[in-house]
Amino acid sequence: MSPLLTGRKAGTGRKARTGRATHTSPATRTSPATRAAQYAALLGYLVFLAVPFLWLLSTAFKPARELGSLHPTWIPKDPTLENFRQAFDEQPLLDAAWNSFVTAASASVVAVLLATPLAYTIARRRTLLSRLSTAWVVISQAFPFVLLIIPLFLILKELRLIDSRPGLIMVYVVWALPFALWMLVGYVRAVPPELEEAAAVDGAGRLRTLVFVTAPLLAPGIAATALFAFVSAWNEFFFALVLLKSPEKQTLPVVLTHFLGAEGAADLGPLAAAALLATLPSLVLFAFLQRRITSGLLAGAVKS
Amino acid sequence: MPRDTRVRGRSRALAAVLLALALLLTACTAESGDGKGPVRLRFQSLAWQQESVEVNRKLVDEWNAAHPDVQVEYVQGNWDGVHDQLLTSFEGGEAPDIIHDASDDLADFAYGGYLADLRGLLPDRLKKDIPRRTWGTTEFGDGVYGVPFLQEPRVLIADADRLRESGVRIPTPERPWSWREFGQVTERLSGKGRYGVAWPLKDPVSATLNLSMSAGGKLFHRGADGKVDIRFGAGDAVMPRTVRDQVNKDRSAARTTLGMSASETLPGLFGGKYAMVPLGFSFRQQVVQQAPKGFDWQVLPAPAGSEGLTQGVSPQTLSIAEDSPHKKEAMAFIDFLLRPANMVRLALGDWMLPTGTQALADPALHTTEHDWATGTALARHLSPAPAQTVRGYPEWKDKIATPALQEFYSGAIGLRELRGRLEEDGNLVLARYQR
Repeated sequence: MSPLLTGRKAGTGRKARTGRATHTSPATRTSPATRAAQYAALLGYLVFLAVPFLWLLSTAFKPARELGSLHPTWIPKDPTLENFRQAFDEQPLLDAAWNSFVTAASASVVAVLLATPLAYTIARRRTLLSRLSTAWVVISQAFPFVLLIIPLFLILKELRLIDSRPGLIMVYVVWALPFALWMLVGYVRAVPPELEEAAAVDGAGRLRTLVFVTAPLLAPGIAATALFAFVSAWNEFFFALVLLKSPEKQTLPVVLTHFLGAEGAADLGPLAAAALLATLPSLVLFAFLQRRITSGLLAGAVKS
Repeated sequence: MPRDTRVRGRSRALAAVLLALALLLTACTAESGDGKGPVRLRFQSLAWQQESVEVNRKLVDEWNAAHPDVQVEYVQGNWDGVHDQLLTSFEGGEAPDIIHDASDDLADFAYGGYLADLRGLLPDRLKKDIPRRTWGTTEFGDGVYGVPFLQEPRVLIADADRLRESGVRIPTPERPWSWREFGQVTERLSGKGRYGVAWPLKDPVSATLNLSMSAGGKLFHRGADGKVDIRFGAGDAVMPRTVRDQVNKDRSAARTTLGMSASETLPGLFGGKYAMVPLGFSFRQQVVQQAPKGFDWQVLPAPAGSEGLTQGVSPQTLSIAEDSPHKKEAMAFIDFLLRPANMVRLALGDWMLPTGTQALADPALHTTEHDWATGTALARHLSPAPAQTVRGYPEWKDKIATPALQEFYSGAIGLRELRGRLEEDGNLVLARYQR
């Protein structure tokens, strides 16, 4: 088998690149003050991102009396699991979480399966069609939901896909596809065509080249795209609200709104407990995939 | 990379793909359709508080047990996004048979032909039990498009200890405060970082219009030709001017709460920062849940003007979809749900007032516990909210009235500018809906 197909050549290239990267010019070296400012900015950004989540965590464990305190504390004085008990008692949260998971996972798999070959075609064949496709992808992101929902509802009704998971999955795939495509086109363009040409020279057919050369280099991009599709479907509320009717099929964001009343009234404790549950799968998925995405990005960073 | 590691990696990837496909297949499992049998109705309820959901579910169970030929399915809806959800369902012919909503949300659906006209369906008992003025909240054109069943006045929830300490006169439904007296009281209750009142005016329009009715405010005037125009009269200015003075002149109202929702002001009430907060009657439930031990609170009537304690309300309603093939059965269920005893159960579950006169007379709603009696005494002063049947109201509210009132309350613009924007800009918006 060609060394390229076994990845040995790519490994050599990586080593060579690493060597070159260590020759940093003195002009680009960061001064300690700049470095400190960068760290301060990074810390500020992390705090900014973490505060809402930590507040949610804190609220989920506070008893009702502490929620009404004029001087709220970060750490609950009298932590309780009552909000979780109440949330699970009042709403079918686990069923809803399962519904969300099945829908989001299915949508992300299908979106990636469709987007990958499409992205490859758009990136590698620079025809008028591919340029038009890219333009359409950008334009399609500008449509507001409310404009789409009624025609979409009517189409799904004709297909007998109202109040069905496949219908919702289809919507999420269509919704995620433009952005997934956009992301993946960038990743495909980052893979040097020379690698594919080298594989062809070594006798690999197009499919073999795609599967054994291009796809592994695209893996981090595919993972990132799948993650994007999963998270956007997991968090989506409006389509799920409109398209699903049966209580047993409702997804987590829809069930979360059952803790909200009219005119801004909210059952805050159970809502925070349920919302905390809703954030966990995304966090776990990010934690699991982050290393793979990062390492994959480095592994695929081939300089032509 | 060693070969066994690569093989393991690929096996894992394959397993992941298989798992995903399995999930997809699970998701795509076909739904079983309904066979022939009893009439099936879908009832979408917006009940959200635990007690309220329980009562609704129990009532549905009781109905189903007694009516094997007409089975009702309880579907939990959400206040958040209900308008768009219903609109889509109506357009797609998939609306629930029985629809729970608020009366101020019905105008577009009623004029759009999505809701059944209930005039030929309503039983006499229900027609007579609900007062004439309350039916006005669900009448659009010549038809009746919903049964109003729960409503709540806006009241003042007060820190009872602070009121007692200050020595101010405690108002009752029989002897309420005037708007002027209210301003004097809040001034007396203020000082040292504490305020007499906190107005949660994140969404200022509904509170302003509804409370302005006490001073004769009407704002929307319907002419003989049926067209509505906006005129900001002297009565419309009383409540807004009082609030503006409290915030900007004597500083007896907290400026920071102007951007808050009702729930967000409760910690300040419990912490002694505000002596009173104007809230919906049902917010007592949150007060009971969240107030610290020993916090003594009480419900006071909102201030009265030239029209006494009159204020506008948008009751919760039950409607029937025009597309429902079982309208008679749906009305029979609504009639069951709104029997006086059941209406009382629904009212207690939602901490609101029933619209039915028989239910309202129930002793359970006249207790001093949680000041039910104060709210019940206000029921006869409740009228349809001024904007109830005005087409184009949602756009006027969002584009014109909300920013104008927010700027007025914060002191950025004066009464003349407010009047100009509400009237001139507002009438342009309404005109588009009345061509």
